[in-house]
Amino acid sequence: MEQKPRSEKQAKGSEELKAGSEKQEAGNELSSCSPPPGKARTGVFVCHCGSNIAGLLDCEALAEYAAALPNVVYAKDNLYTCSASGIAQIQAAIREHGLTRVVVASCSPRTHMPLFKSACAEAGLNQYLFEMANIRDQCSWVHVQERDAARQKAMDLIRMAVAKAALLEPLEDIESSLVRKAMVLGAGVAGLSAASALADMGVEVLLVERETELGGLVRRLNRIGPSNEPAAEVLAMLLREVESASHVRLFPGTDLVGVSGVVGNYEISLKSKGGEETEETVGAIIVATGAVPFIPEGLFGFDGRKVITQIDLEERLRNGSPLEVKNIVMIQCVGARGPGRSYCSRICCLTAVKNALLIKSRDPNARVHILYRDIQMYGAENEKLLRDSRGAGVKFDIFDPAFPPVVKEGSVEFYQPLTGMTIETECDLAVLSTPLVAPEGSAATANLMRLPVDGNNFFMEAHAKLRPLDFATDGIFLAGTARFPATVREAVAQGLGAASRANTMLSKDRLVFSALVSYVTDRCDGCGLCLDVCPYHAITMEEFERDGRVFKKVRTDPILCKGCGVCEATCPKRGVLVHGFTPSQIRAQVDALLEALP
Amino acid sequence: MDVGRHPKIRLLAYSEVEGVEGEMGNFRIRVRKKARYVDENKCTGCGSCAEKCPTVVCDAYNVGLAKRKAIYKYFAQGIPSVYTIDAAHCRNFETGKKCGLCSRICQAGAIDYQQEDRIVELDVGAIILATGYELFDARKVPEYGYGRLPNVVTSLEFERFLSASGPTGGHVYKPSDLAVSEVLATLEKQMRTSSREIERFEKTFEMSSERFIEKFNSGELTGGHYDEWAGQYRSFLPLKEKFKRTKERAESLKTAHRLAFIQCVGSRDSRFNGHCSAFCCMHSIKEAVIAREHDPESEVHIFGMDIRAVGKNFEEYRNRAEGEAGIKFIRSRVAEVTENDSHNPVIWYEDTKARQVRSMEVDMAILAVACEPGPSARRLSELLGVPLNEFGFYATLTVPPLDTFRPGVFACGCAHGPMDIPESVAQASSAAARAASALMGARSKEQGAGSGEQDAESRKQVAGSEDHGAKAKKREAGKGE
Repeated sequence: MEQKPRSEKQAKGSEELKAGSEKQEAGNELSSCSPPPGKARTGVFVCHCGSNIAGLLDCEALAEYAAALPNVVYAKDNLYTCSASGIAQIQAAIREHGLTRVVVASCSPRTHMPLFKSACAEAGLNQYLFEMANIRDQCSWVHVQERDAARQKAMDLIRMAVAKAALLEPLEDIESSLVRKAMVLGAGVAGLSAASALADMGVEVLLVERETELGGLVRRLNRIGPSNEPAAEVLAMLLREVESASHVRLFPGTDLVGVSGVVGNYEISLKSKGGEETEETVGAIIVATGAVPFIPEGLFGFDGRKVITQIDLEERLRNGSPLEVKNIVMIQCVGARGPGRSYCSRICCLTAVKNALLIKSRDPNARVHILYRDIQMYGAENEKLLRDSRGAGVKFDIFDPAFPPVVKEGSVEFYQPLTGMTIETECDLAVLSTPLVAPEGSAATANLMRLPVDGNNFFMEAHAKLRPLDFATDGIFLAGTARFPATVREAVAQGLGAASRANTMLSKDRLVFSALVSYVTDRCDGCGLCLDVCPYHAITMEEFERDGRVFKKVRTDPILCKGCGVCEATCPKRGVLVHGFTPSQIRAQVDALLEALP
Repeated sequence: MDVGRHPKIRLLAYSEVEGVEGEMGNFRIRVRKKARYVDENKCTGCGSCAEKCPTVVCDAYNVGLAKRKAIYKYFAQGIPSVYTIDAAHCRNFETGKKCGLCSRICQAGAIDYQQEDRIVELDVGAIILATGYELFDARKVPEYGYGRLPNVVTSLEFERFLSASGPTGGHVYKPSDLAVSEVLATLEKQMRTSSREIERFEKTFEMSSERFIEKFNSGELTGGHYDEWAGQYRSFLPLKEKFKRTKERAESLKTAHRLAFIQCVGSRDSRFNGHCSAFCCMHSIKEAVIAREHDPESEVHIFGMDIRAVGKNFEEYRNRAEGEAGIKFIRSRVAEVTENDSHNPVIWYEDTKARQVRSMEVDMAILAVACEPGPSARRLSELLGVPLNEFGFYATLTVPPLDTFRPGVFACGCAHGPMDIPESVAQASSAAARAASALMGARSKEQGAGSGEQDAESRKQVAGSEDHGAKAKKREAGKGE
């Protein structure tokens, strides 16, 4: 294509660009191993992105440079390729110039790839014959101080994209059906909330609980902070909702014993305590298996009578029988924030302060003393509880974990940093605030579903900040204390949230996945190296017989596969490759890059 | 970005709710879509307008540390990606001067000075309040000197200092030093103007200024242009001297090495907010760690009463900050921040471990300012009939925790109390679930009682427990009555 330079400066620029491309053609002759370019008819669109790119780079010159690249039959720069007119230009060029490949040199594929791909598809070009070069984020933005280097890099990226584009193959999106059912694993407050929310949204739910009774840890609680509603009432309300929901099937006393399949179609096997087995297919799974209070065997003289845990205290308070003690000392962070279990369990300070206030309100003459390290009354209502408890006469003292309190017969001795003195305070009942820990068997549950857990055996979400209720595995979600200790309100909120996350997927008519996933070639000899490295467990080994001999070969699941390419990088014989990132495509890109080197 | 591109999300940015009628399942909302003076449908966000706009305004996004134009986008990645004219500063609006540069430069023809506020009516079934929070104004705590001492900044300002795309390119310069650079720039400009004038005289009279001033002083040359020249030259010399001194000073400036983070500024303080703002301990630790990564030589102290690292992996992060990054934690409520001769903040505090009152000189003090309900909370609360709690956030039920006291209206994130990002993100999904339930309820009501019977027929099978089976039967019997 011909374009007249707008100014002297620009003419000079394009001469430099041309010099670059000549050098590159010379390089082409030398690299005999680069794959043949084929008969691709490539169109290149260089976007100004307003002044975002054009402010630093001469986009017209870049388009001219692209026009001279192999296979390129059309190149154009435009102010905004993603604008309606820019899209129309791409589509017109596909038709008028018979383009079989489209390359856009512009911004991030993360934000704009879907738009350009669908533009190609609308104009009758397979969407996988599109390639993008990010000359904004990777050139004009990051190299704003180095115009020449940015220009050179933009040329490199465009040349590489054009080289790869020639080798792209037409592909189709992978589609699958889905079952509009969900399994909620665990019927504590998080699971109950998730189940009733899903049912409200018209999803059929299987609510599976390992114990014979629903309700989880909240069954043992007395009152729920900060408003002190009886736990039994809150639980009853949640149970009522689930039981009255039209399509929640309850499976109490039932274990999950098997999971296979993929998002949209998980085949689950359940087994009740009585040996009854159920096989079902569900579209999504919510993990709400909860946590249990740590039992402080051997710590601070724990005996379950005069030295008890907060959960023991909750049960005593719940029974309503008088405590018959005058002096209560609570010790925080027992078994937490130390060696072996380093995390802060989030809710124990709230529990301690809540219970201290309840004791004081029952018996104003009772003396409650809380020994703590940091008093974790985060947020608005919780901090108010702390103030109220001080107002009610609850005593607080800091202790240094290097000098922990000592529980003695009838007293507790502790070092008070504020005065530098060791103090002995009367004590008829010592209450140890212990963390919530992952229940035994949570690692096994995780294993069953191939879900990751952290160092404390809490389930690990897909992203700590932005996807707190999702797993990296599609179609499986997380709520409640299985994720991390949480208050009842937090667990309920997470249960509702996980239901919402699951429904965003379950409410679709069908699931659509990218075709840029792994596939197995004839060269696979079943060595199995790729099996271990696949982070998504998308590869399995298959045996087959030919001429009376048994052969092995791997098989990849296109839905489980995320196209990360670890298998391709691991395979020594090109037995497993990833669409869109095949060795020849990557080779073409690398060769194109190296062409520019002297 | 996901929101901006979602086919089922209609984004009404730069808009305010003015009225709400109706009830759950059937709300009618009046929204004022404020005039941007830019047609959203035409604007491509190219930014040519802002490039050419002659009016420079303090940039609120960069907490006043940088400048923007009178036609602007609040921040680069903002959605929708369209520009807005700040009528309070634009020449066309403010002074009535004919400028019209942006209108001429815009290739999309998107500029519309005649645009007016528009009222949009929306019919919706549920409302989610995600109105967020405001930061506490640290000026209200006189003893910490914010606004008075240049090197006392807020955590959000410091966040911009640390940002590679921020006004200082990610370097932690002391604001008092940045002020020096600004003075230097002004002086340079004055010098340039002045020396241009002088050069003009030198050219006209073909004489160097040094020679001229000798002759002028001796009375050899006098009157008219010579007086002007002499005046110009005499004022130029001290300017040059001042420029030299300032430049020397600017060149000797170093980034801030000694940092003090002060927690609970406006939080856990009965004078301002009794509540704990929940996220400040962690953001201070994060900023401290990043500052140390930028500059491993820096000395960083965090002054707080309790360090509330209560989230998943938070305590571990705190421990790494202390152990690996070398951040020092001092348990103390800082009493006062003063300043010494070199504008360095001096932190006065009680070391509760050593039981002593101490002071510490630092280069910069960073105030972890409180999370407060926004000014719109009260207005919206009245408009929507949704009560606030005693802290000024939207009041919500214990369970379900996102429900406000008005059916069909839900709140999530800091709109109903201070919380961090993971909590807010999780709650956003929860609120969506509640809203979906509300909508489904409304839909089944519309479909009439028939669906209810259907529900009863397809009532769940209860597996396992007899007890639950009995309950279900009982309920169905109850329904029959």
